[in-house]
Amino acid sequence: MQNLGVEVLSMSIDSVFVHKMWDDDELKKMVVGGVPFPMLSDGGGKVGKVYGVFDEQAGVEARGRFIIDPDGILQGFEVLTPPVGRNVNETIRQLQAFQLVRETNGAEATPAGWKPGKKTLKPGIDLVGKVWKEWKTDMAFD
Amino acid sequence: MSEENIGCARPTGGPLGESLDEQENTDKKTIKKERAMLMVGQKAPDFTAPAYQEGKFVNIKLSDYLGKWVLLCFYPGDFTFV
Repeated sequence: MQNLGVEVLSMSIDSVFVHKMWDDDELKKMVVGGVPFPMLSDGGGKVGKVYGVFDEQAGVEARGRFIIDPDGILQGFEVLTPPVGRNVNETIRQLQAFQLVRETNGAEATPAGWKPGKKTLKPGIDLVGKVWKEWKTDMAFD
Repeated sequence: MSEENIGCARPTGGPLGESLDEQENTDKKTIKKERAMLMVGQKAPDFTAPAYQEGKFVNIKLSDYLGKWVLLCFYPGDFTFV
C-alpha cells in the first residue's frame, strides 16, 4: 500500500488502549515492528453506522473496506461478515485500476479481469459496438 | 498530527458535519435512509477518531487525508481470529 501511495486506516469499536495491547502482544509477532498505520477507535460504532457497517445487534463492525480517492470521493467498497477474511490482492488490483483511470483522466478504462500489464479500453465513439474486437471473454480470467 | 495526551477517559470521535444531537434524534427509519445514501462516486463521510499508531495516541480526521488515496478498513474487533 505504501508503494501505491495509499494511506491505510483501520477501525473497530475497540479502544485505543486495546489497539495498543493487540499490536504489542500479537500483531508484532506477525508484522515486524508492528502495524505501521493508525488503528482508529470507533467507540459505539458512530462512524461505522454512517458507513453502514455497524451491526447494532452484535455491537461490532463488519469487514468493510472503502477506497477513497484524493478528492475524498468514495470509489469502491466491499463489506463481508466477520468469518470470511478479505483478499488483499484484489484490493490492490482495484486501487491500481482506480489510479490508472484517474491518471489518464478517464481516457482509459479497465475491463473485467484487468490487472497491471493487461489491455485497457479507451471509451469513445469508435469503441461503440466494437468492444468484442478489443476484449475477449477469456480476458476476464487470470 | 500531534500526539494526544490520554487521560483516564476513553477517547472517542465520531462523524463530522452534523451535530450529535441531530444524530441522536434520528429514528431508525432515517438511519436506514442514511445507509442507503452511501454511494460510490459520492463524498466519503468525514469523521474524526482517536487512534493508536506506532507507540503514540493520535487523533485522525479523514478530511486531513485529502490529496491522498485512502483505504479505510473496518473489522469486528481486536484479537478476533480472521
